[in-house]
Amino acid sequence: MSARIGVVTFPGSLDDQDAARAVRIAGAEAVSLWHGDADLKGVDAVVLPGGFSYGDYLRCGAIARFAPVMQNVIDAARGGLPVLGICNGFQVLCESHLLPGALIRNDVRKFVCRDQWLRVENANTAWTSDYAEGQEILIPLKNGEGGFVADDRTLDELEGEGRVVFRYLHDNPNGSYRDIAGITNERGNVVGLMPHPEHAVERLTGPSLDGVGFFSSVISQLVDA
Amino acid sequence: MARVVVDVMLKPEILDPQGQAVLGALARLGHSDITSVRQGKRFELELDAAPDAATLEEVASTLLANTVIEDYSIRVEES
Repeated sequence: MSARIGVVTFPGSLDDQDAARAVRIAGAEAVSLWHGDADLKGVDAVVLPGGFSYGDYLRCGAIARFAPVMQNVIDAARGGLPVLGICNGFQVLCESHLLPGALIRNDVRKFVCRDQWLRVENANTAWTSDYAEGQEILIPLKNGEGGFVADDRTLDELEGEGRVVFRYLHDNPNGSYRDIAGITNERGNVVGLMPHPEHAVERLTGPSLDGVGFFSSVISQLVDA
Repeated sequence: MARVVVDVMLKPEILDPQGQAVLGALARLGHSDITSVRQGKRFELELDAAPDAATLEEVASTLLANTVIEDYSIRVEES
């Protein structure tokens, strides 16, 4: 039986269909989850997709955090369920305190949309085990509020514990502290990043196929488990 | 009925690109004597019960402000 990976749709989600497609391309079944329905439908992993949930009102991800589905996602993530937050999903994970820090407006004061090189710093998380540590990957980035910030103590802790999963290469697009593009929790099951791996899974539409590894990583973990 | 005002500001050490953009516009308008702008949020809450300090703290710290990057202040206005 193939792994079942849930993709949550909030009002204002944009990339839920792309995320579901990436899940299918990687070989798993994509299960649609609705923000207003607390039922996780027994999925083996959850993707919080990109977009502008609740119009980015108040702060990005601040209202989505309290959606009915999120209480169960938060509880399950604390119990070890693999959860990937992409872009707005990363913001939701930070607002939920599943991941430390916060995302603020880009220091360049512009929305940035481009293909971005990243270095994989941690290939031991649920979502990065199919990569090699130090591997450089190219995936699209598109955000207006992607600047990762945290206090120095938190940043030192993240670096000391190997919880920086991705770093921007060549040119930091949004002012993220220490070039951090993505991080993980202590257990390695929750990963959040601003760039969009789900947009790099097909030759026709992506700059590379480098995004497939996120989904194949979690699938191989679920099969091994 | 009570009225409560909650002001939310980015912490001083967090970069405020919106404030910087406003500062740049002010300079173009000739207000070169203004040297810094920080932009925040103001929430005006109307309550039909007497405000409870602990509840207001919870509302401000769990939803209105993200205490990772923002500070808040709560003010009860007598009606």
